[in-house]
Amino acid sequence: MTPTDPNLKRLTSAAEADRRALEAADRLAAAAADRHLLDVAVAPVDSPIGELFVAVTPRGLACVAFEDEDRDEVVARLAREVSPRILEHPAAVDEVRRELDEYFAGERTRFQLQLDRRLIHGIAREVLAATARVPFGRTTTYGELAGRIGHPKAARAVGNALGSNPIPIVVPCHRVLRTGGALGGYAGGLGRKEQLLRLEGVLSD
Amino acid sequence: MRAARPRVGRTAVPPFGVFLEANRATVYRFLTVAVGPGDADDCFQETFLSALRAYPRLTDGSKLDRWVLTIASRKAIDHHRARGRHALPVNEVPEPLDRAGAAPPEPADTRDPLWTAVRSLPPRQRVAVVHRHVLDRAYDEIAELMGCSEAAARANVYQGTKRLRELIA
Repeated sequence: MTPTDPNLKRLTSAAEADRRALEAADRLAAAAADRHLLDVAVAPVDSPIGELFVAVTPRGLACVAFEDEDRDEVVARLAREVSPRILEHPAAVDEVRRELDEYFAGERTRFQLQLDRRLIHGIAREVLAATARVPFGRTTTYGELAGRIGHPKAARAVGNALGSNPIPIVVPCHRVLRTGGALGGYAGGLGRKEQLLRLEGVLSD
Repeated sequence: MRAARPRVGRTAVPPFGVFLEANRATVYRFLTVAVGPGDADDCFQETFLSALRAYPRLTDGSKLDRWVLTIASRKAIDHHRARGRHALPVNEVPEPLDRAGAAPPEPADTRDPLWTAVRSLPPRQRVAVVHRHVLDRAYDEIAELMGCSEAAARANVYQGTKRLRELIA
């Protein structure tokens, strides 16, 4: 721009544009959802075991991540395996938030949410389907679960499949323990597994 | 099981939220001057909704900044064409809106003579001038963004700038 050129930059300050762009971007998710252009809505949900990050699609709940998981990585995985049309949209997860709130308040023992199982692959499909049938307040073991899906010697594979559960809490992999009662493992950390089992009355305070 | 690796020479298409975050400020700045602060919001939504509609068909995640500015340029020009039928006089000064619930507050003083001058430009000149003088784009890129030749991009910037200079002299 030569010195005699009109200074058009003064018509729009970068800071002001940033602020207004952020507000406009927040409104975009609702407009996109109304037009069926949003394939995955993500949003944080508060809980007593730390802030959860959940992903919902038109098919149902696809993912629940604990607060120490890398959210960029979670979103990148959803983009690869479900769709890149992902936006943060808190209103889209209202139903998930309500059922989780009720669960953590001790008012809900069964989730009625529809699930989107597109992040579940291979043997984990069977393992997690069997896990979903373990009721609130009850537990099973890796070996028992292996037997239930017809691979009684595959307890280790069952453990790995549970560790890959993309929808923890709602698909209750915390209800699977080691034979003899040891806690076993938990992708969200054993502290959280204990808290969930305490909430369900399996462990006493 | 895992998604396919991007083909050689291509960049993976990022999640839409990442793309939006990377480009929203530039698009908003462009639209603020290209269509005016009062209409920038609507054009912003239309631009990114169009991008969202086309997003599943993208195979290459590189140069998405140019891609979205191409869409925004088209929206800005269409916006002026749609408005053209009931164009307002150049020296029209917007009345202050007395109650909330009307148009959003305008961030810059649109009575500024420079705004009046910018509003008087034909749509393609206005868009070209904004790419050049607000976003500092090179002529070959402006040509790409506006779907025209480099010579046409230069001519639009030149004519628009000259007119602005005359109007605010």
